[in-house]
Amino acid sequence: MFENCTWLFLQQYWWVIVSLLGAILVFLSFVQGGQTLIGTVAGNEEEKTMLINATGRKWEFTFTTLVTFGGAIFAAFPKFYACSFGGAYWLWIAILFCFIIQAVSYEFRKKPGNFLGAKTYEIFLYINGSIGIFLIGVAVGTFFTGSEFRLNELNQVQWLHKTRGLEALFNFQNVALGLAVFSLARILGALYFINTIDDSAIAERSRKQVVYNTVIFLIFFLTFIMMLFLNDGFAYDTNSGQVLLEPNKYFNNLIDMPLTLLIFISGVILVLTGIIITALWKNNKGIWFSGSGTIMTVLALLLIAGLNNTCFYPSSADLQSSLTIENSSSSEYTLTIMSYVSLFIPFVTLYIYFAWKAINKKKISKHEMSGSDHKY
Amino acid sequence: MTGTIDIALVDWSRAQFALTAIYHWFFVPLTLGLSFIIAIMESIYVRTGKEEWKRITKFWMKLFGINFAIGVATGIILEFEFGTNWSNYSWFVGDIFGAPLAIEGIFAFFLESTFIAVMFFGWNKVSKKFHLASSWLVAFGASLSALWILVANSWMQYPVGMHFNPETARSEMLNFWEVLLSPVAVNKFLHTITSSYVVAALFIICVSAWYLLKKRELLLAKKSIVIASVFGLTSALFVAITGDGSSYLVAQKQPVKLAAMEGLYQGKEGAGLIIFGVPRSDAHKDKEDNFHFKFEVPKMLSLLGYRQSDAFVPGIKDLVDGNKEKNIIPVTEKMQKGRLAISALGSFRNFYKMNNKTAADSALKVFRENSHYMGYGYLNDPDSIIPNVPLTFYSFHIMAGLGFLFILLFIVTLYLSIKNKLSNKKFLLKILICFLPLGFVASESGWVVAEVGRQPWAIQDLLPVSVATTHIDATAVMTTFFLFAVLFTILLIAEVKIMLTQIKKGPEGGENV
Repeated sequence: MFENCTWLFLQQYWWVIVSLLGAILVFLSFVQGGQTLIGTVAGNEEEKTMLINATGRKWEFTFTTLVTFGGAIFAAFPKFYACSFGGAYWLWIAILFCFIIQAVSYEFRKKPGNFLGAKTYEIFLYINGSIGIFLIGVAVGTFFTGSEFRLNELNQVQWLHKTRGLEALFNFQNVALGLAVFSLARILGALYFINTIDDSAIAERSRKQVVYNTVIFLIFFLTFIMMLFLNDGFAYDTNSGQVLLEPNKYFNNLIDMPLTLLIFISGVILVLTGIIITALWKNNKGIWFSGSGTIMTVLALLLIAGLNNTCFYPSSADLQSSLTIENSSSSEYTLTIMSYVSLFIPFVTLYIYFAWKAINKKKISKHEMSGSDHKY
Repeated sequence: MTGTIDIALVDWSRAQFALTAIYHWFFVPLTLGLSFIIAIMESIYVRTGKEEWKRITKFWMKLFGINFAIGVATGIILEFEFGTNWSNYSWFVGDIFGAPLAIEGIFAFFLESTFIAVMFFGWNKVSKKFHLASSWLVAFGASLSALWILVANSWMQYPVGMHFNPETARSEMLNFWEVLLSPVAVNKFLHTITSSYVVAALFIICVSAWYLLKKRELLLAKKSIVIASVFGLTSALFVAITGDGSSYLVAQKQPVKLAAMEGLYQGKEGAGLIIFGVPRSDAHKDKEDNFHFKFEVPKMLSLLGYRQSDAFVPGIKDLVDGNKEKNIIPVTEKMQKGRLAISALGSFRNFYKMNNKTAADSALKVFRENSHYMGYGYLNDPDSIIPNVPLTFYSFHIMAGLGFLFILLFIVTLYLSIKNKLSNKKFLLKILICFLPLGFVASESGWVVAEVGRQPWAIQDLLPVSVATTHIDATAVMTTFFLFAVLFTILLIAEVKIMLTQIKKGPEGGENV
C-alpha cells in the first residue's frame, strides 16, 4: 500500500502525523494547566486532593504523548531531532527538567516517608505546568520565527547563539505563543475540573478561572496570530531547494490550503464555544468542545508550518540551512515502514477511549476520595 | 568530518548518558518483573476469589507504583539525550534508530500508561476480569517497551539491515526485519527482560523475608515467596541459557569485548574460562602474564564462544596488532582504509555538488571499497579500540557469578517454602535480606559489560563516540551532568525512603501475626 506512495507523499503524511501528535499534546496539557490552578481553585485540603487526583489520573497521557512525539520526530525527521535538540540545548533541557519533576510528584507527594514534603512536590507540579508548558510554546514558536544555526557539509549542526536555545525567549512572537499556550492549558485545566469533579464550589471557582484566563489567552493568541500572518515566512523552491523569505507566507499557506483554513477556523470556534457554554450557560461539557478545538487549531498551525513548500525549522542565520520536510526526513523505506506502524494509531486511540471512559464514568467526589485506597 | 575532537566534551557526554542510564536501570527491572508477578497474583485472586490474594496483589502494586513513576522520569531524559548530547549520532543513524523509539511510544507506552490507570484506580470501577486484563496489559506493555529499546541498542552493537548512503552522509535502513530479528536483538531482549524478572523476584523474596523475620504479615510473605521463587527460578535458568547465547554472539560480533570480559590479552586455541581472577594493574597486550592469579576451566571459553573446545579465541593483542595466521587485520590497516573512505566520501560529495559525474563515480568506487572500515578512520591510536579491561572483566564476572548464586537461592527458598521451614531459619532470612542490592548489582553490571565493553564505538565499527557527540561547550554538558546527578540522587533517596516506609507499614488493615 505505502510502497506505491511517493517519497514526498510519505513526508507530508508524516508531517501530518507529527502535527497531530503535537496538537494532542497541547490538548493534554490540560493536566499541566490544572496543576497551576490547584492553589487557586482549591478552597481546602479536601478539595486540593480532588483536584490533584483529577489531573493525577491523566498525567501519564501527556507524558506518553510527549515521548511518542519525540520518537515520531526522531524516526520521521531525524535531521530536526539532531538539529533542534542538540542545538537549542538549554531550551530543551529546561523543558525536560520540568517534566522529570512532574513524573514523581503525584506518586510521592502524599506518601509516608516523603522527606521533601508535600509542598515541594506541589511546587514541582506548578513548575511543570507553568514553565514547562510556556517553554514548549516558545520552542514551537521558533518553527515560525527561526533559530540561529548552520549545517555543515555533512549536515552537522553548528548553533551560533551562545545561549543555546534560550535566545528564543528574546523574540516577542515566541513569547506570545508561549503565553497563549500557557493560558490555554489553564483554560482546559479548569474546563476539565468542571467536567470531572462532582463539586459545586470547585466548578464555580474553575468557571471564574476560565474567564480570567480567556482574557489573557485572547490577548496573546491574537497577537501571535497577527504577527504570524503579517510577517515574512520561510519558503523554499521545490525544484532548487533554495530557501527565501516570502511576505505573509503563513497566511498565504492557509489560503492555499482551504481544508487547513477550515480546520483552523472550526478549531478556533470550537475553543470559544467550549469557553462560552461553560462561562455563560454553566454547561460542564466545555472541555470536549475546547479540547477538540485546540487539537484542530494547533494541527492547522503546525500544518502551515511544514506544508506548502514551507521550512518548518528555519535558520534565521543561514537561510539555506533551514529544515524542510523534504531535506530533513528519513529515507523512503523507513517512512514506508513507519507508515504501516501508523495504521495502529486508530486502534490505540480506541482502547485509550474505552479505558478512559471506564475510569471516568463516575465523577471524582469527596465520597470517593475518602474511600479510595489509592489516591494522590 | 569532526574537526578537532574535544575529549572533555566526549567524556562528559558519556558520563551524562551513563549516569542517566544507570539511574534509569535501578527502576526499570523492578517495573518489568513486578508487573508480571502482580498479574500472576491477581490471576490467582480472580480464579480463587480469595480476598487474601487481592490484598497481596494490592500491596505489591503499591510498591510497583512508587517505583514506576521514577522509572518514567529518568526514561524521558534517556530518549531526548540522543538528540541533546549525541546529535551527530542522531543524524547519522536516525533513519534506523528512530523507528524503534517511535514504535515503542505508539505500541508500548500508550498500552502501559492507559491500563496502569485502570490498574490503580479501577478496582471499584471496572469488572474483575477487565481489571485483571489491564494488569496483564501493563505487564506486556512494559516488556514490549523493553523490546524496542533493546532492538535499538542491539543494532548499535551489531548494525545490520542498513547501508551508508554517501549522498545523504548517513546510514539508512534497508531491511526492518533484519534490524528487529537480528540474533543479537532477540538474545539481548530475552536475556535482559528475564534478568529483570530475577531482580523483581529477589526484591519480593527479600521484603517477604524481612516480614518473616519480624513475624509480621506471615501469610503475605509466605505466599509471595512461593510465587517469587518459582518465577525467579524459571527466569534465572532462562537467563543462564540466554547468557550463553550472549557469549556466543559477542565472540562472533564483538571479539574485543569478549577479550576484555575475560581479560584475554594473548589469543589461544582451547582458551579457558576464568571463574575467578585478579588482573594485574599493569596488564598489557604485550605481556604474557597479566593476572596475579586466576582459576579457570580449561577450553571452556573456546567452547562457549565458538562451540568447539579447541577453537582459537583472539586476544586483545591479536585484535589490535593483527594475526596473519588467523586472518585478523591489524587496526592500523583498518585505520588507513577508514581514512581513505572518509577522504573519498568528501571528494564524492564535492564532485557530486559540482555535477562532475566521472570524478564522483571514481571517488564513490574508492569509498565503497573501504567503507566497511570508515569508523576506524576517525581513530588516532590503534589501542583506542581497547575498552576498559578491568571494569569489563570484573563487571562480567560479578554478573555471571551472582546469576548462578541466584539460581541456588531460588531453589533453596522454593524448597524450604514448600516444606514450610523457611520462617524458622532466622540466619537464612537475614542472608536473604542482604541479597536485595545484589540483584541490582548484577543487573547494572550486565549493562556495564555491554556498554563499556563496546567502547570506543557508539555504533560498532562505524561510528566512534568521539564523532557522535553534539558540538557544544563541555562546560554545558558538565553542568547538566551535575544537575541531573543531584536531581536523580534526591529522587532515588526519596524513593528508597518512601519504599522502606511503605514496607514497614505493610498492607493497610492487614493481620500482624
